[in-house]
Amino acid sequence: MSLRFYAIAYLIFLYAPIALLPIFAFNDATIIAFPLSGFTTNWFSELWTNTALHTAVGNSVFIAMMTAILSTLLGICAARAGAMANFPMKAGIMGFIMLPLVLPEIIVAVSLLVVVVQIFDLGLSNWTIIAAHVLICTPFSIAILNGAFQNLDPSMEEAAMDLGETRFGAFRSVTLPLVMPGIISSMLIAFTISLDEFIIAFFLSGVSPTMPVYIWGLLRFPASLPVVMALGTILVALSILLLTIAEILRRRGLARAGVADKGGFL
Amino acid sequence: MISPPFLYALLLLAFPLAAILLFSFWTQDFMTVDTTFTLDNYREIATQPIYGTLLQRSLYVSACVTLVTVLLAFPVAYYVSFHVRPERKSLWLFLITIPFWTSYLIRVFLWKVILGFNGVINTGLINIGLIEEPLTFILYNVNAVIITLAHAFAPFAILPIFVALEKIDRSLLEAAQDLGENRVMTFFRVTLPLAMPGVVAAVLIVFIPTIGDYVTPELMGGAGGKLIANMIQTQFLALNNAPLGAALAIVAMLCVSAIALVFVLLNRRWLRGRS
Repeated sequence: MSLRFYAIAYLIFLYAPIALLPIFAFNDATIIAFPLSGFTTNWFSELWTNTALHTAVGNSVFIAMMTAILSTLLGICAARAGAMANFPMKAGIMGFIMLPLVLPEIIVAVSLLVVVVQIFDLGLSNWTIIAAHVLICTPFSIAILNGAFQNLDPSMEEAAMDLGETRFGAFRSVTLPLVMPGIISSMLIAFTISLDEFIIAFFLSGVSPTMPVYIWGLLRFPASLPVVMALGTILVALSILLLTIAEILRRRGLARAGVADKGGFL
Repeated sequence: MISPPFLYALLLLAFPLAAILLFSFWTQDFMTVDTTFTLDNYREIATQPIYGTLLQRSLYVSACVTLVTVLLAFPVAYYVSFHVRPERKSLWLFLITIPFWTSYLIRVFLWKVILGFNGVINTGLINIGLIEEPLTFILYNVNAVIITLAHAFAPFAILPIFVALEKIDRSLLEAAQDLGENRVMTFFRVTLPLAMPGVVAAVLIVFIPTIGDYVTPELMGGAGGKLIANMIQTQFLALNNAPLGAALAIVAMLCVSAIALVFVLLNRRWLRGRS
């Protein structure tokens, strides 16, 4: 029983900072501190007129969408290979692909910065960020897609090929529908991670910042903090929505594949 | 099928890591990079006390964060695995992971609001009369960095421990109790050793990435709470000395990997000694 209290207290600890967001987003004062002074929606309307923010959001959404598509494609390849085929050095190769999960992000950021700027002498753009985000999102995609691919019966695809489907046709008409929920779930997670990622984007963004980089700039100016709170409220609501959809789809995918839910993304 | 993701990781991970290693042996000569092989960067890191101080502080912070996160996370993972009904488990895990995916920067900033001079904790404690002056040891120092990072990495610690606990065969626990162990001893002699792989994974997955975070020390650390990652960032972006930054990154990675390796080996020996 006391364990239960502890677990609930822990959840409150986890949610405490996020719970403060809407409080200050609607608070009628430029200083982010208690006591509260009054109710306002001004900070939200300021978001609509801020064109620099709109550009930053546009960049971030583009980056996040490309990252979601590319890392899920790579994740499908890896999860399929991991579930179906045995090949030499399998554990080593899979471990290497999953390495960005534990690698400090600053290492990924500086090493790519050195390669892009110093070695190839290319400019930084949204595509350099996409390249790095795909690298760090692929392990998460693989972790989600593994669940979808693991208990897939290879004989079903073989049966389709025996009945005259091509290799790709068998994949498209048999395997793909079974793993579709997993794919969408993986895309949503990769989208959320990329949209929120700051450490790498700060090193690799070109002239036009992404949304977290723009927020980082705002954090230095006390006057713009309430607007950041309003933006944060919208972002948290949006990512909770996306993650909830991802979770529902992940569970549906597991149910379709006939696997008991062991819970969790990882 | 494996080749596209493998090639991608090779091209964007192995190759850049090799490049940064090579770079650390070069030097910055105003606007150009001098490509003669030299150990100057490493010599500078070894002789200038600032780098040693930052590295030590970083390792201390990472170790504290790891200890706090894993100790706080274990009972939660235990509760979810042993006391929550199976069909409710994924809901709990979902609730635990949600804060982890949302607005990292803003979450860190909000800790400033909680811990600050006029923050939630200080006004709260003053209002109920526990303290008269605001507490100052919880913002703009190493403590604040540790609290904030421990919060950010909490779900990372819970998941691997939960997975390890889920794998434990429940009949082993019954057997231990049938053989006369009490519940506390059953936990220490059966559950904990079997959960150790999860604890080790949790330690690694928290300890290694925390060394690379520069957002939290920048926002929460004040002047005395800067870490090695801040220095790496400064060398690359402000001072335009990529080779020295590269050498710092390599040294930081080596230290973290060495400590992680020692931890894994010690744990393996401890587990073997018990069986």
